[in-house]
Amino acid sequence: MYPTNYRYTKDHEWVAAEGSNGTIGITDHAQQELGDIVYVDLPQVGSTVTKGDTFGSVESVKAVSDLYSPVSGEVSAINAALASAPEKLNADPHGEAWLIKVKLSDAGEIQDLLSADEYQKYLEG
Amino acid sequence: MIDFGGWEMPVQYSGILDEHQAVRQRVGLFDVSHMGEIEVTGRQALELVNFVTTNDASRLVDGQAQYSALLYRHGGFVDDILVHRVHQQHYFLCVNASNQEKDFAHIVASTCTDGVSRFDAHVRFASPDYVQIAVQGPRALEVVQGLCERDLAGIRYYHFLDDTVAGISARIARTGYTGEDGLELYVAPSDGPPLWRLLLETGKRFGILPCGLGARNTLRLEAAMALYGHEIDATILPPEAGLSWIVKPGKGDFVGRDPVVAIQQAGVSRKLCGFEMLGRGIGRDGYSVLVDGQAAGWVTSGGPSPTLGKNIGLCYLPVDAAGEGQPIQVLVRNQPVDAVVVKTPFYKREK
Repeated sequence: MYPTNYRYTKDHEWVAAEGSNGTIGITDHAQQELGDIVYVDLPQVGSTVTKGDTFGSVESVKAVSDLYSPVSGEVSAINAALASAPEKLNADPHGEAWLIKVKLSDAGEIQDLLSADEYQKYLEG
Repeated sequence: MIDFGGWEMPVQYSGILDEHQAVRQRVGLFDVSHMGEIEVTGRQALELVNFVTTNDASRLVDGQAQYSALLYRHGGFVDDILVHRVHQQHYFLCVNASNQEKDFAHIVASTCTDGVSRFDAHVRFASPDYVQIAVQGPRALEVVQGLCERDLAGIRYYHFLDDTVAGISARIARTGYTGEDGLELYVAPSDGPPLWRLLLETGKRFGILPCGLGARNTLRLEAAMALYGHEIDATILPPEAGLSWIVKPGKGDFVGRDPVVAIQQAGVSRKLCGFEMLGRGIGRDGYSVLVDGQAAGWVTSGGPSPTLGKNIGLCYLPVDAAGEGQPIQVLVRNQPVDAVVVKTPFYKREK
């Protein structure tokens, strides 16, 4: 269920890092908890995100939730397709519906995050 | 699952949007056992009910129900309720889950002097005796009819009868909280689970879906039906909420009558309105509403309307800014987003 090459946060975001590039998304658990997603607000390309700070929000039929960045860096790309098709976040949160790509300012930050196993255990409480 | 007034309830089963569409197009099944019941019986049951509620229960015939309200002496809402007349000396009140103890205490306190009732009637907290299952949607009657010999189409809107569904004793009411045709079934708690399963089974060929609190909310919002704690509460009087039609001052004295009559004569200063978002964003409960850049009101309920494909909501606004077409802004996470006052209900089914 949770890709083993991703790292996870207790706020239910994931990051996939390759060298100094990271891709960020929300977990399948997050999309399930949110239910039908109707809006995704993402930062602009070129803006900076800071580990633990909000970088946008997702809104479902029932509620709005902040997105917390698992890493720090500069936003190099956003998934613009989500603006017109936010429901993709419900369908494929670990793949097609990634949120942003970030140029990592400190690749070491990844090490503090949860592995797939640890995240799964965290969910099971 | 969320805790709702002590009840563990699902916000959704398969998904709010799917469940919502099932009710609008086919049929949905709701476990609304959390709703409360209060029974008033005895020689002066009608007099007691009419003294604590706003609508005129003397207009009811056996097997008829009406939307009504319990008010505080200052005219604010204790609760909005349904009053069913079982017979001349027996009234059955369906009240909101989170208000049930408060409602019961209010009714008793309002009708007693020195601990003795002024009416020859008995008020009973009956919630433990009932669970409620709502079957709602254009195919709802067909689903229940499959388990019932009596002709259900013969039950008129806001009428009910006591009969059996699949051999289970049930109060079968043609009422609902979705803006669709449908039934609300009151049965004994032990009959709830088997009846639920039977209805799901029978409803399969009609495309029935079990529906949670999420869809219940989007459906009632499209129909612009009030939800206690949102559109109405102790600080709101019926005329402000557009509910003057359930207040019948002509019937005689009742709790909260004078302040309601006074505000009707003086005119309300604020009014519940519908709005539609024009900009990107959803105006949600509690968000501020601006008129000409100034804080003027607040959102009571808001969300996406699956049927209309728009973001809608209800809000309180000063009367002079409450007209259809009035441009407003909703403060969505500190960003003013354009919206406009529109007519309610947002959705009305074709008859």
